[in-house]
Amino acid sequence: MATTTTTVPGAGPVAGSRSFLSRLREGDEIARMITFLFAASVVLVTVLLVFELWQGSALARHKFGFNFFLTSVWDPIFEQFGALPFIYGTLVTAAVSLLIAVPLGIGAAIFLAELAPARVSDTLEFFIDLLAAVPSVIYGVLGIFIVVPLMRQYVQPALKHSFGFLPLFQGPVYGIGFLTAGIVLAIMVIPYIISVSREVLLSVPREQREAALSLGATRWESTWKVVVPFARAGIFGSIFLALARALGETMAVTMVIGNTPKISASLLSPGYSIAAVIANEFTEATGELHTQSLIELGLVLFLLTFILNGLARLLIVATSQRGSGMGHV
Amino acid sequence: MSARLRWRKFVSGFMLTMTGVCALVAVSVLFLILGYLVYHGGASINWNFFTKLPVPVGETGGGMANAIVGSGKLLLLATLFGVPIGFLGAIYLAEFSGGTTAFVVRYAADLLNGVPSIVIGIFAFSLVVHPFKHFSTFAGGFALGLMMIPITLRSTEEFLRAVPRALREAAMALGASKWKTIVTVIVPAAYRGILTAILLAFARVAGETAPLLFTALGNQFWSPGWQQPTASLPVMIYTYALAPYDDWHRQAWAAGLVLLGLILIINIVARAILSRGIAVPRT
Repeated sequence: MATTTTTVPGAGPVAGSRSFLSRLREGDEIARMITFLFAASVVLVTVLLVFELWQGSALARHKFGFNFFLTSVWDPIFEQFGALPFIYGTLVTAAVSLLIAVPLGIGAAIFLAELAPARVSDTLEFFIDLLAAVPSVIYGVLGIFIVVPLMRQYVQPALKHSFGFLPLFQGPVYGIGFLTAGIVLAIMVIPYIISVSREVLLSVPREQREAALSLGATRWESTWKVVVPFARAGIFGSIFLALARALGETMAVTMVIGNTPKISASLLSPGYSIAAVIANEFTEATGELHTQSLIELGLVLFLLTFILNGLARLLIVATSQRGSGMGHV
Repeated sequence: MSARLRWRKFVSGFMLTMTGVCALVAVSVLFLILGYLVYHGGASINWNFFTKLPVPVGETGGGMANAIVGSGKLLLLATLFGVPIGFLGAIYLAEFSGGTTAFVVRYAADLLNGVPSIVIGIFAFSLVVHPFKHFSTFAGGFALGLMMIPITLRSTEEFLRAVPRALREAAMALGASKWKTIVTVIVPAAYRGILTAILLAFARVAGETAPLLFTALGNQFWSPGWQQPTASLPVMIYTYALAPYDDWHRQAWAAGLVLLGLILIINIVARAILSRGIAVPRT
């Protein structure tokens, strides 16, 4: 639709070079070229980013190969770099955050899309959008000054007391650690889950609900057994989106995870994440190999979020198209 | 009413109430954050905070004037770098390009949008800091600008596309060339949306910390020109909050309050601009 007019103005039979010249005089071709340069620079920058990450980590990739992901010694002095503790920490904190954020986020999205009157829903969505705008360093500050003391004094002792028989909740109580980082991350990603899931739920055709209700389903049954399954792919999309955020999140995690490269089954113990180790060590990296290993971690992070974001987009687009395609009233 | 029906109605009522509780919990986090920041930050915010330099450890008082100016400079650079690319790129996407090119550009922008901010930091480091051998305001502005591009690009494109076809055709029918139509009709019709997009992108990067850690670095003093490392509010909050001094913690709270206040105000203004006047439907 955007290209309709490039060939139009009354050039007629003599088209070709003359119409190009006239378009040039009118500035259309110039405008087109200038804007193209800017659009192309977006592609250029993105390609350059991938190239720099790939090139910048070449040494580390050749030296360690696949063992980089399987060993857990991180020793800048002897130049031994294994990323397992960081990968473990990133995955564990992300998993904890999703365990908390998914039920809460989807519950809230159901309320906003299905139950709340439009005005209330829009107002709450406005607050959710603001919440999504809060910078991660602020979450970090609240994390270390508010959440960590709470965890140390109340939550973690209580967990140890009631579930201490599980390996998940053993060991000394520090306040910082996997669990705390997961909770802070959960608070950060909930707004994304809510916003996207709400949109997706709102795009479910009205008839679906009416049909379920007319068959005698209760309000909840129509929501849970008809509307939510209809929007399932899009909701999964919102979860992938949140997961990508959680994996790449740096500041808040760095501030509360404890920054200890250790693999521990206990959620109460301190750990480390990929983003946190890059943030902490990149400027102080001494050897070339150290820097390159950190860049390789950046590459890992990039690839993970790239895949997750791609999947998320596919799922969300598929669902909303399905909704609007079938439900056009 | 049979027992089974009563049970189903109870389940329905209970679960729906629970969804309400979820929404309440989610939204109340915002007010908790604001409350804590106002409570802790409000007490330590004063005139000195905005006008004085940080003082050495052990002395009390001082402020973050250099960080406020530093953040301003970084954001100015970011806007100058990110907005033209995002805006003009969006014009190309919405008005000039056809299938494949548009797909590639959009794909690249979405990819860039999803890159974790710490990776953007690495990229800016290897592209700007490493070759010139020093951290600088310029590198920080570049990193932030990079993050503004995809946000500006994608939303501007949406708003341009939402301009009714009839407006374009009317301008064309009057004999206007394509670029004249864009400059005098389409962009003015979509300007509220575009302004909102730019403001939201600005607010988004204003709080970014990770890309600044190894580009703009940090600085306890004023940073003259654009070639020196510079302090910025987010990095200052990070270092001060992690330091073991109570006075620094107070400053971190105050800086957090200032930063969040700024970001929330920009967000609210941006949304207000959009909602007033002719509503531009989001596609």
